[in-house]
Amino acid sequence: MNEHDLRGLIEDVRHGKLSRRAFTRTMIGLGLTAPLATQMLAYSGVAVAAEPFAYKPTKAGGGGALKVLWWQAPTLLNPHFAVGTKDQDASRLFYEPLAGWDQDGNLVPVLAAQIPTVENGGLAEDGSSVTWKLKQGVKWHDGQPFTADDCVFNWEYSSDPATAAVTIGSYKDVKVSKVDDHTIRVDFPKPTPFWADAFVGAFGMIIPKHQFEPYKGAKSREAPANVAPVGTGPYLFADFKPGDVVHGKLNPNYHMPNRPYFDTIEMKGGGDAVSAARAVLQTGEYDFAWNMQVEDEILKRLEASGKGSVVILLAGSIEHIQLNNTDPWHEVDGERSSIKTKHPYLSDPAVRNAFNLLVDRASVHKFIYGRTGDDSANFVVAPEKFASKNTSYEFNVDKAIKLLDDAGWKPGADGVREKNGVKLHAVYQTSINAPRQKTQEIVKQACQKAGISIEIKSVTASVFFSSDVANLDTYPHFACDLQMYTTTMQQPDPGQFMRQFLSEELASKANKFQGRNIVRWQNADYDKLWAESDKELNTVKRAAMLIALNDMVIKNVVVIPVVTRPSVVAIAKNLHAPLSGWDTNTYGLQDWYRDA
Amino acid sequence: MSRYLIRRLLIAIPSLLGISVVLFTVLALAPGDPFGELATNPAIPPEVQAALRAKFGMDDPIMMRYLHWLTAMLHGDWGFSFVSRVDVDTLILQRLPTTLAVIGASQVLALLIALPVGVYAATRPYSIFDQVASTFALIGFSLPTFFTGIVLILVFSVSLNWLPFVFRADLAATGLQWWWEEIRQSIMPVAVLGLFQGATWTRFVRSAVLDVIRLDYVTTARSKGLPERGVVLKHIVRNALIPVVTLIALQMPIVFGGAIVTEQIFRIPGIGSLLISAIQANDTPVIMAVTFVFACLVILFNLIADLLYGWLDPRISYR
Repeated sequence: MNEHDLRGLIEDVRHGKLSRRAFTRTMIGLGLTAPLATQMLAYSGVAVAAEPFAYKPTKAGGGGALKVLWWQAPTLLNPHFAVGTKDQDASRLFYEPLAGWDQDGNLVPVLAAQIPTVENGGLAEDGSSVTWKLKQGVKWHDGQPFTADDCVFNWEYSSDPATAAVTIGSYKDVKVSKVDDHTIRVDFPKPTPFWADAFVGAFGMIIPKHQFEPYKGAKSREAPANVAPVGTGPYLFADFKPGDVVHGKLNPNYHMPNRPYFDTIEMKGGGDAVSAARAVLQTGEYDFAWNMQVEDEILKRLEASGKGSVVILLAGSIEHIQLNNTDPWHEVDGERSSIKTKHPYLSDPAVRNAFNLLVDRASVHKFIYGRTGDDSANFVVAPEKFASKNTSYEFNVDKAIKLLDDAGWKPGADGVREKNGVKLHAVYQTSINAPRQKTQEIVKQACQKAGISIEIKSVTASVFFSSDVANLDTYPHFACDLQMYTTTMQQPDPGQFMRQFLSEELASKANKFQGRNIVRWQNADYDKLWAESDKELNTVKRAAMLIALNDMVIKNVVVIPVVTRPSVVAIAKNLHAPLSGWDTNTYGLQDWYRDA
Repeated sequence: MSRYLIRRLLIAIPSLLGISVVLFTVLALAPGDPFGELATNPAIPPEVQAALRAKFGMDDPIMMRYLHWLTAMLHGDWGFSFVSRVDVDTLILQRLPTTLAVIGASQVLALLIALPVGVYAATRPYSIFDQVASTFALIGFSLPTFFTGIVLILVFSVSLNWLPFVFRADLAATGLQWWWEEIRQSIMPVAVLGLFQGATWTRFVRSAVLDVIRLDYVTTARSKGLPERGVVLKHIVRNALIPVVTLIALQMPIVFGGAIVTEQIFRIPGIGSLLISAIQANDTPVIMAVTFVFACLVILFNLIADLLYGWLDPRISYR
């Protein structure tokens, strides 16, 4: 898929030959994101108005209590410290960003009066700045007005390294200034194609200056409002017990008319995913449950009770297998998988391609993940029309055998292939998690048929995903041949995500294994193209570049994508809630209502 | 007596220090990282994690961290949760009432079952009542609480839809309505824990009473023509209670420590679930505080048990 093909597709959308949703799906299939797909359409002048959510209630309140269940309980309520989605979702009950992302990748204004575009003067033509107009008349929960000063303060607060905010990535390189009381300008250090980062979505929630100003920097943890938020959101803070429950009550001065519908909200935490699904789908004790990491079969059985249904939101998380480019079995300068080494057999493209042929994604999807893991999206298969032009996948043991035979890997006495004394014996690790162990078995069986011996290794999740520099079993150390886990691309722009294959990001002992390039792949062409994409302002051109980057990763079998992991939630039958896989689960909370 | 007390309290100090050293070392050596989640998210620069580690003093050597923790603890500062960013004592105090109520009620229930059933069964050994009671006791303590808990949920919440299975610490209702809802949501967890504990204790009470009931002074009391009721209550039970009191006193710290498994199943926001989520999140200050408080309680209740002996049996003296 090159720029020309992309333009053709966009024309199809313009003339109604291709639906917007199909276009978005295609783009996600090519490794892009819904927000980027929507930006491409907007850039090409195809009208992309977000379909407004059909909100029925005609007055605020009267909806009773809304009870939602997060099986991992929220532990803090400051969006700048929100570590996981659970904390972001909980913070979003009270705090709001300037704009959020809907499921189709549209920007939806929240505290902004409008979405900046080149036409309305919000976006600079040269991509050097974006000007946001703020909504007027918005009040913080304590009655103070919301102004441009609050936005500027959030930038100062987050970009101060002493604050140690997790949102620093969105703020540290930009400069935010106040134009007037209700206008701010975000200046970028260089032309920036992806401008909707600061003040947008999960990392963009805005905290009030008057509450947090004394607690900027090193004193950030002492702020009383860290656990008693004062925001602009649809619900006022009532009560919070970290690790247990968050209570909110209707905000009578909310800035959107007739909202919210519910009088109170209770976000309960704790327990496990299966019983959370049960509480919504089977007993109806709760209205909504988050992150249903439950086998699809169980979900289907629970859904049969008819109290609620499972909603699957396409997002960018991918379960994938990484192939080591370095030698994990020999220490160089006290480091395994050192970037100075080469892998004994994975450096042979034939072996890599053979592995690619031996992963039976269709079975993994069908027998293990069901609806909660799709084999047909993201970097795996492009829709029929383009499959030949791009990467595709195939499960074919015979072809793998032929590939290995041709490359000179001959079966030894024990049936394991070898060449020049190097045996095709691979250690394949992942975290302990039932579906992952089943996937390991599926891959192992196919590999054995092809004469590759696989040794399966499972590491406790708390070890595998830790950043312990001294522990060889963590995934950044990658002290084995293959490893598998889910990587998240919930960021609305794939540019950040594609950083993980850059040479400058190599994980090594020197950077305490904090580099994002875990597979330790180095490719000058990739680095060059990424750098170009990072400053390309033509959205369509940039999308074509990102697709090309993605193709390089797949063609060189740097990683083998297995299934995509959408975000899965359970929702009561009579509850209407706009949801999005590209923003927090509660991004549209003000619109949630129940059939009377 | 007071010299004995002082000596026991002094002995407790080195044991507590020893316990804290062991706990701290084990936690420091254990793998895991409270900010691990930051590492897998490509949108968060690695410097944030490094800054957080530095801020919470996690890069200092173990010895220094221990000394910091110890001096803070001596000043009454229990530490600061990495994950929730609030003081640990706030977290614990928030959860203590729920744990005390639920676990306390289950222990009372266990006692109410164990004492009468155990005593009655022992006074009529090998009768039908005894056989039935022993069988149920055996079943009761053989079934783990996570199993009975789920069975109860399936029966009373899913099939019959009588009881809620998500426990809520702050019910919105007031007055009678509050009591009604509180009782409804407490029935299952209290029953699960109480019946399990009661089954264990029943067997214990029965054997303790059986040991006493055959002694000569009981026969003497009976032959004097004292009423059976008086013999059982004054002569038998009081003496049989000594080992039972030890057992119950040693059980008391658990009332504060919560029941990890049961709290998880019913989503009871107690100390047990705080501990388990802190362990999952590698929130060292919280784990340290909870386990250390637990250690203090074990030592305290051991002492109380020893003091109770003297009251129950004046022959025991303290030196």
